[in-house]
Amino acid sequence: MTRAFAGKLEKVDDCKWRIPRTYMDGMRVEGLIYADENMIPGILGDNAPQQVANAAHLPGIVRASIAMPDIHWGYGLPIGGVIATDIDSGGVVTPGGVGYDINCGVRLLRSDISASSASRNIKKLLDTLFSTVPAGVGSTGDIHIGAKQQKEVMVKGAAWVVEKGYGWQSDLENCEENGAIDGADPETVSERALKRARAQLGTLGSGNHFLEIQLVDEIYRPEIAEAFGIKEGMITVMIHTGSRGFGHQICTDYASEMIKLSGKYGISVPDRQLSCVPVKSSHGRDYLGAMRSAANFAWGNRQAITHLVRTSFEKVFGESAASMGMTLVYDVAHNIAKLEKYTVDGKERVLCVHRKGATRAFPPGDEALPARYKASGQPVIIPGDMGRYSYLLAGTSLGGETFYSTCHGAGRCLSRTAAVKAARGRSISGELEGKGIFVRWTGRDTLAEEAPSAYKDVTRVVDVVEKAGISAKVARMKPLGVVKG
Amino acid sequence: MAENLPVKLYEQIPHTADLALKVYGPDLKGLFENAAFGMFDIILEKEGPVSGKKVKIEVSAPDEGTLLIDWLNELLYVYRETRSSLGGFSVNSVTSTWVSGTAFTGDKGETGEKKEIKAATYHDVKIRPSGDGLETIIIFDV
Repeated sequence: MTRAFAGKLEKVDDCKWRIPRTYMDGMRVEGLIYADENMIPGILGDNAPQQVANAAHLPGIVRASIAMPDIHWGYGLPIGGVIATDIDSGGVVTPGGVGYDINCGVRLLRSDISASSASRNIKKLLDTLFSTVPAGVGSTGDIHIGAKQQKEVMVKGAAWVVEKGYGWQSDLENCEENGAIDGADPETVSERALKRARAQLGTLGSGNHFLEIQLVDEIYRPEIAEAFGIKEGMITVMIHTGSRGFGHQICTDYASEMIKLSGKYGISVPDRQLSCVPVKSSHGRDYLGAMRSAANFAWGNRQAITHLVRTSFEKVFGESAASMGMTLVYDVAHNIAKLEKYTVDGKERVLCVHRKGATRAFPPGDEALPARYKASGQPVIIPGDMGRYSYLLAGTSLGGETFYSTCHGAGRCLSRTAAVKAARGRSISGELEGKGIFVRWTGRDTLAEEAPSAYKDVTRVVDVVEKAGISAKVARMKPLGVVKG
Repeated sequence: MAENLPVKLYEQIPHTADLALKVYGPDLKGLFENAAFGMFDIILEKEGPVSGKKVKIEVSAPDEGTLLIDWLNELLYVYRETRSSLGGFSVNSVTSTWVSGTAFTGDKGETGEKKEIKAATYHDVKIRPSGDGLETIIIFDV
């Protein structure tokens, strides 16, 4: 049912396209899509620009309803969407601007393992990871936590997991928000969500979530790469997952509640999935308290998986993770809403920045960055598809125009049904093995749905954000082995 | 001859990021039931239970589109919480703001699970007249 966008995009420059406010009654700001000319037919063929225009109706929105070059049709905000609302001017928060997988995100571990050693052991390594990290539909893990501990994870995030011995202090330093955002309020989380959090800490889940062993095959900015602890020929591990059923339930609870509250606040939006409340209302505070609880659970989840990855490597290589230099480069959220300060129209304002399928990319010098990244800018981790590349980028000072946000991945170009149809009669795992990439997976259709051809070429996506100046390419990683949920 | 053609209850249609289901029904009751069957057809490897222990589901919402999505999300919650497979969906009573129905629970080991649905979304949900009945499109986050 993919519908083409009924409007017209106006070219601003080689990397930006505008949806004017005249496109639709009630747009408070224009839409702004970052893309190159070659991407436009694909973007127009999908209804995602309509979702950019819909989001432009949100009360308190400033500058523009923005979309990154990995834009594609989602629900509420499109995937790749970024919006910011002024919380002191009636600005709203919407669960539809965050999504169900709250703090879905990516982290990257580096290592000193040689490429030849990793290649020799790749199948053993994948088998060990596959048996150690719970993956797949409804997967549950070995870390069972009671109600009291759940609430501690909601507040402390990755730090709770590290305190239990599943990680290193440096993991917290090299993580967005140090692995726990302030303001989580477990009292705003439903019993239902609490029940769904049981046994899900340290689990990968399904869909597009994955673990990937990679080889750094190209360095673009050696000085920044050095600051990130990355060099050519290095083995890295990428972890992509989120808050699991806990976050899904929190979004379900609040999305439903906000529809019922729309009359109370007199807010009308063109899509129910964008139902929202003022950030500074009690309902807005409740949603943010619950959303942050899920965000912290997700950081705890990725931290627990990090521990399982390290123990898997220890088993295979017979060395400690520390001696193999398996430190965390960084961890980024790409489905989240956060309060951040920006100067808009000459005045400093606190904005509620929603990033849905978009990544924070803070510039050099930002006070939120750890000392080791102050000069380089924030590491930004961009997973691609499992047959081509992933990228490591850095935040730039020009990123202010997008509220220091950039792309989050390759972005799908084929629906799951179309991808499965295209894979019929083919062996996706065999094709990948032919390229030297080994895969372990759980779901029947997972490989077909996640086949490389189902995704845009991530290189084209990161080339646009680099050309636009909102982030800078640092390194490229090639997959060697992938575990898919 | 048209009366001999099988009646289409639901069909998956393309959606770039997630899954979309077009659902048909002779009336609101049939539409809600078929939506539940369609959602669990996405989730389960095999057909859900047709007998067994019954669970009762009641949901209220401000309008029928929201009600349909809340009904599906309630079923999803019951499915996750009971760790059972669900089937045999039956709507006993439905208005534009309230629905009451039942489902059979069964052994999840017998039906398996092929796809995780995070939630049914409210995006663009509209219940429209179609022929002699109703139709709608539901986007699922997967």
